[in-house]
Amino acid sequence: MNQEELKTLVAQMLREMAPLEEPAVKASEYRPTTPAPESTEDDPEDLSKVDLRKLYLVRDPADGPGFLRLKAKTPARLGVGRAGPRYKTETFLRFRLDHAAAQDSVFAEIGPEFAQENGLIPVKTCCESREQYLTRPDLGRKFDKENSEIIQRSLPKAGKVQLIIGDGLSCAAILANAMDCAKAIRQGLQAQGIETGPILYVENARVGSGDFVGDLIGCELVCILVGERPGLVSAESMSAYLTYHPHTGIPESKRTVVSNIHRQGTPSVEAGAHIAELIGTILSKKASGVDLLRGAV
Amino acid sequence: MGESMLSVGIDVGTSTTQLIVSRLTVENQANAYSVPDLQIKKREILYRSPIHFTPLLSETTLDAAGIEAIVEKEYQAAHIVPEEITTGAIIITGETARKENAKTVLEALEKFAGDFVVATAGPDLESILAAKGAGADVYSAGSPLPILHMDIGGGTSNLALAENGVITKTGCLNVGGRLIRMEHGFITYVSPVLSSFCSLHPGDAVDPSRLESVVAVLVNALESAAGLSDRPVPPGLITNRLFPLPGPVILSFSGGVADLIEATPDSLYIYGDIGPMLGRAIKNSRLCSGFYRLGTETIRATVIGAGCHSTQLSGSTVYAREVAFPLESLPVLCLTAQEQELSAEMLRSRVETLKRPWPNGPAAVFLPGFNGPSYDRLQALAERLADILPILPAPHVVVTGYDMAKALGHALAPKLHGPLLCLDGLELTPESFLDIAPPVAHGAAFPVVKKTLVLG
Repeated sequence: MNQEELKTLVAQMLREMAPLEEPAVKASEYRPTTPAPESTEDDPEDLSKVDLRKLYLVRDPADGPGFLRLKAKTPARLGVGRAGPRYKTETFLRFRLDHAAAQDSVFAEIGPEFAQENGLIPVKTCCESREQYLTRPDLGRKFDKENSEIIQRSLPKAGKVQLIIGDGLSCAAILANAMDCAKAIRQGLQAQGIETGPILYVENARVGSGDFVGDLIGCELVCILVGERPGLVSAESMSAYLTYHPHTGIPESKRTVVSNIHRQGTPSVEAGAHIAELIGTILSKKASGVDLLRGAV
Repeated sequence: MGESMLSVGIDVGTSTTQLIVSRLTVENQANAYSVPDLQIKKREILYRSPIHFTPLLSETTLDAAGIEAIVEKEYQAAHIVPEEITTGAIIITGETARKENAKTVLEALEKFAGDFVVATAGPDLESILAAKGAGADVYSAGSPLPILHMDIGGGTSNLALAENGVITKTGCLNVGGRLIRMEHGFITYVSPVLSSFCSLHPGDAVDPSRLESVVAVLVNALESAAGLSDRPVPPGLITNRLFPLPGPVILSFSGGVADLIEATPDSLYIYGDIGPMLGRAIKNSRLCSGFYRLGTETIRATVIGAGCHSTQLSGSTVYAREVAFPLESLPVLCLTAQEQELSAEMLRSRVETLKRPWPNGPAAVFLPGFNGPSYDRLQALAERLADILPILPAPHVVVTGYDMAKALGHALAPKLHGPLLCLDGLELTPESFLDIAPPVAHGAAFPVVKKTLVLG
């Protein structure tokens, strides 16, 4: 028996043992089995428009609607199904997209139009670039001579409340929430008879930059709205830090914070109204942070 | 950290009068770094009265003095005085609400109420309270199918559909265990709601087969409501309306008759009514041929609903200025999502139409509001509202669904004079009424009771 004959024989035996079958799905005929989720927007390609709370990708579920009811309560990426041991393409792309949005929001700069259009007084901290801002938190709390002079020249001295908007770690958060929130704070303060001067806009701002402003103008309270470190759920979350008698070196425990201000959290306008009344309380109790809570007990 | 409210529930029903006292604990669910989120977290029952027969002077008149005496005695037994009570509900339910002096009795009982106890009735509210008291809404949250809850009492059966933890529909049938009563082998009472199909009269001798045939019609009415029968229901048995079911449901029972589904007493005539016969017939009917549940409470479901579940909390960012609480029985003027966008002029004429049935008193304007509105959009709404609110007598009350009341209040405050209240986090429906208690947690939120009917 020569080699060719042997090959033929083996091939025949193999066919008899396990006849070759047509593949179930030919690559050329492959279609995704799960239809893409319906988008409410015009552009069906825009993955970011898909509401994750309404997206359920598990095939043949025992109780799909039941799982969706649970999903309505959390933005967590649950019920995403799988392709073999991996995520499905859609899940993977959305994860990359949200991660990119978070990173973009950290590195983006707001640009001078924001302060201009909204009538804010623009200044910047000692950070020379966004990269330096991220690596040198200490510089994000200080102003150089030139910016200090702008602050002293433009803001009222020894006022009651100074409002500050700072980009912080998310420009998207500031663009989405800061002005609506600040206007609501101002209106809420007016209702209590508290007038406020111009609003300061600080580029490359840390929360502590408000303390420096306190040193410069001697206001009774600083309220700084600042972008929170973006997560994969929202890159648009903003916080407000309220500090009574702010000065550099003040302990963090003396700050009162209202966090989670965004569309899916506390809406910016309603948060602003709440912050305004909180400012009223802080001014009347003459304390913020832990001191305020202690006073309330 | 919790603040508690003492709540009373008094249910004067067709056959029984009961009372419970409960403690509702309010807690802030949000973390210390967020806007507060107050919720009623705990509902503990401190006292359950024994079950009294509702005293009657005649078939059409309640014994007001007798009912008062029961309540007074139970307050003593529970060691409470009216001043301690923060909230709760006195409800006159079932056939009793149709008695001539129901309103007088409610007024007599109001003196036992603290500052804020709602005196009311109405089959919709009863259905909601009974279903909640029996735990049907909570059960539906973990159930694959909606729950159809039936609270079968002496004069009426209150129906409620609970889907995913929320009660979505209510209805009522004139089906109950005391529609026919008897004593010493003779019939003493036949409810007029049976007149279209029942020829029994007071004075007739008790004839089990004739009673069975009446009970069969009653059971058929329940089966029909549950989508299990196509045979027609005599119109006299439908109190207000029945609702179509969304598909298959799981049945749930409470009310005095529910206990009689599980166990038939030794004598069918032990209570001098058709209750035991009705319970047995339900057990043998299609209603109980599949899976069903008994409420976590049965005969006490309604009173526990009144005591523990009548009060809810508004959202935790609200606005109040110079308002004297409590506010009672404010008619709700409901604007839709489209209507809230109307121009001031059209909004005014819409509100004028809505308030026509209540020309004199104050009212609560409800609108869905906006999800995360911009400051300018909120201001524009406030402008239009400030324009129309003065056509209603003070206090001006605006309620929204979405979280925006404090900001709306701040926007309205300089534009309007006098008492102003803005609440959010509530869903109100047309033809309902609102009671609002003094605030809890240093003014952060308001306990409210939604009512569907006001006597008088």
